[in-house]
Amino acid sequence: MDRLKLVLQYFQSNSESISNGICIILSLISVKLYTSFDFNCPCLPQYNKMYALGVMFVPPIILFLLGVLVNRHTGVLMEEWVRPLGKRTKNPAVVKFLLSSMLQRSLLAPMVWILMTLLDGKCFICAFSMNVDPKYFTGIPNSTGIELIKIMAKVPCKEDVIFKNSSFRKAVSRYVRCYSQAIGWSILLFFIFLGAVGRVLKPCFNHATFLQTRYWSNYLDIEQKLFDETCVLHARDFARKCVVQFFESMREDVTVRMPLSSAFRPSTIHNEYEEEEEERLHGITRQDQVDHLLQTWYECKPELDVTRMAYKPKVCITWEDINGKALFSEV
Amino acid sequence: MDKFRMMAQILQSNQESFMNGICGVMALASAQLYTSFEFNCPCIPEYNYSYGISMLVIPPIWFFLLGFVLNNNISILAEEWKRPVGQRRKDPAVIRYMCVSISQRSLIAPAVWISVTLMDGKSFLCAYSMDLDMLEFGKNVSGHGLSQEELLRTLAKIPCKHIYDGQHILSREAATRYICCISQAFGWLFLLIITIAAFLIRAIRPCFTQATFLKTKYWSHYVDTERKMFDETCTEHAKSFAKICIKQYFEGVSGEIQSLHDHSRGDDRHDEDNKPATEEDTLMGVRRQDTMNKVLWDWHTCKPPLSLRKYGDASTEQNGDCSMNANKNQDKNIGDKTELNEGQNGFKCSYVNPGLDIGQSNLDKGYENASFSTEQNGFTNRHSNASTGLNGFMNGGVSSPCNIQRKAWAVYYSKV
Repeated sequence: MDRLKLVLQYFQSNSESISNGICIILSLISVKLYTSFDFNCPCLPQYNKMYALGVMFVPPIILFLLGVLVNRHTGVLMEEWVRPLGKRTKNPAVVKFLLSSMLQRSLLAPMVWILMTLLDGKCFICAFSMNVDPKYFTGIPNSTGIELIKIMAKVPCKEDVIFKNSSFRKAVSRYVRCYSQAIGWSILLFFIFLGAVGRVLKPCFNHATFLQTRYWSNYLDIEQKLFDETCVLHARDFARKCVVQFFESMREDVTVRMPLSSAFRPSTIHNEYEEEEEERLHGITRQDQVDHLLQTWYECKPELDVTRMAYKPKVCITWEDINGKALFSEV
Repeated sequence: MDKFRMMAQILQSNQESFMNGICGVMALASAQLYTSFEFNCPCIPEYNYSYGISMLVIPPIWFFLLGFVLNNNISILAEEWKRPVGQRRKDPAVIRYMCVSISQRSLIAPAVWISVTLMDGKSFLCAYSMDLDMLEFGKNVSGHGLSQEELLRTLAKIPCKHIYDGQHILSREAATRYICCISQAFGWLFLLIITIAAFLIRAIRPCFTQATFLKTKYWSHYVDTERKMFDETCTEHAKSFAKICIKQYFEGVSGEIQSLHDHSRGDDRHDEDNKPATEEDTLMGVRRQDTMNKVLWDWHTCKPPLSLRKYGDASTEQNGDCSMNANKNQDKNIGDKTELNEGQNGFKCSYVNPGLDIGQSNLDKGYENASFSTEQNGFTNRHSNASTGLNGFMNGGVSSPCNIQRKAWAVYYSKV
C-alpha cells in the first residue's frame, strides 16, 4: 500500500508525469475499447469500404480530442495564448513548446488504435476484400449465380452459407490480412525510427533556448496551480471568518472589546490561530476586492520579479554607547 | 507553508475528485447494467419499435436524474437560487456556472449508456427490422407471394433467432449485420459529436470570458465552502451549548455555582493562548434558543455581506444589529443608570466584557442587554441607558451604536 502511495505521489508531483500517466491510461482505454468492440462488417458491396474505413479513422479522431481535453497543458496553453499583455511580455516559443508537447501526447492513443486495427486485420479485410483478384485463388463458389463482386464482398463474414465447403474465403482473408499487418508493422517502425532520430538530434539545435522555454512553460503550469490553491485556501478562511462574524453579530449581550493602546497590549493576546488566518487572507476581505483581484489576475498578470518579497529590507535596531560604538543590535 | 499546500491540495482534490469519482462510478455502473440486462425483443410488429426505442431512451433519462440526485452541489445550487437577497446580492453567473457543471457531470452516464446500446445494435435491430428495404439485399419482394402484413410479421421476427421462419425469403444474418452496421455507425457518430462539443466547450472557452470564469469559479466554490463552515460552526456551537446547558442544570439542581472560566484568570494570562478555546468563545455570544433560531433563520433569509472586519477593531466589532438588539430590549427594562465601581471584588478583566463572567453563571431567560459605565483611575465615564439583569448582577455591555470614539478607550487591567 505504501509503495502504491509512493508511486502515486511520484506521478502527482511532476506535472509532466501526470500528463504521461494520463496518456498511457488513454492508450490502455483505446486497446480495451478495440477488443470489446464487436466488429460487424456488413458484407455488402456498397457499404463495406465505408464501414471499415470509418471504424479505422473515426475512433482515432475521438481519442485525439479526448487526449487534448484531459491534458492539463491545454488549459495553460489557451490561457497563455489569449491573455492580454499586462505587465508581462508574451513568449511565443513557450506557447509553441506547450502546443507541441500536448499534440505529441494526444497522438499516442489514436496511433495505438490505428496500429491495432492494422495488426488485427479485420478492417482491412472488410474494406479491401473486393479489390482482390479472385483468379489467384482456387475454390471460388460459383454455383449460386451471384455476381462476383458480391461474393468477394461476403468474404469477411465467415458464417455465410456460400463458403460452406471451400477454403476460398480463408485464403483471401489470409492474403489481405498479410498486407494489413505488413503496413501496420512498417508504420510502427517508421514512427519509432522518427522518435529515436528526433531525440538524438534535438540537443544539436537550440538547446539553450529549449531549456529556457521548458522552464517557463513549467513555471506557468505551477503558477496556475498555486493560484488555484491559494484561492481555495482564501475562500476557506474567508468563509470561516464570515460565518464567525455572522454568529457574533447575533450576540445577545454586547461585549466591550476595547483594544489597549499598543504600548500596553501584550503581544500574546491575539490568538495565534486567528493571526495566521488573517495572514492567509492577505488583506483581501471584501467581495469587490476578491473580484478585482481575479479580474486583474487575468487582465494584467504581474511581472516576473519577486525581488521585493524575497529580499525585504529588515529593520535593524542598534544600541550604541556614548561613543557611538554599537553595543547590541537586533533585527 | 507545506502544511497549507497539502491542505489546499486535499481540499481541492477532494471536492473535484470526489465528484469525478462519482461520475466514473456511474458510467461504469451504466455499462455494467447494460451488459447484465437481458434484452428481450417482443418480435411482434406492434411492439418492436416501442420496446427498442424505449430501451435506448428511458435509462439515460433515469441516469441523468440519478446524477442530479447523487450530486451534492444540487442542494447548494437550489439554496443559492432561492435565497432572499438580504445583505448579499445574488450573482446569476454563479448559479449558471453551478448548473452547467452539475449537468455536465450528470450527462456522462447517459452518454455511456446510449453509446453502448448503439454499438451493441440490439435495440436498433429490434426497432427497425421491419423497415428493412429488401432491395438492398437484392431480393424480390413480390416473388414469395406474401401479403404486406405477413411480410411485416416475418420481418419483425428477425431479432429473435429461434422463431425466425423466413430464411428462404431473407437471410437473418445478412439483415442483422446490415442493421447492426447502421447502428454502430450512429454510435460512432454520436460519440464524435459529443467529443467535439466537449472539446469546443473546454478547450476554446478560455478565448472568451476568462476573467468572468475565474470569478464565477471562485464564488461558486466559496458558496460550497461557506456552507460547510457554517455546518461545522453550528455543530461546535451546539456542543458547547449543550455542555453549558447541562452544567447549568446540574448546578441549578445542586445549588452550587462554579465558575466556567477556570482557565482564563489573570495569573494564567500567559497560558491563555495555549489553552484550547473555551466554551464561551465557541458560543460566540449566542446563548438562547430563540437567538439560535434567529441565527439559522437569518442565515437563509438575510445572508451577511461579503465584507470582513479586521480583528481587534472595536468600532466595527459590532454591526448595525447591535443597536437593534439594545433598542428591542429597552422597553422591557427599567431605565437605570448604574455605575460600576472600581472596587468591585472579583472583577478581573483585561479588555473583555467584565460583567460577562459574573452574569454567565446565572444565565436564564431573563437575561437582558445592559450597559455600564466604568470609572477607573481617572478615565472618563460613559453614561448610557442601562438596564439591570433580573438577578441584580451587573452585566457589561454597550448599547450605543458603533462608535469610532471608543477606539480611544483603554481599560486598565486591574488585579483585585
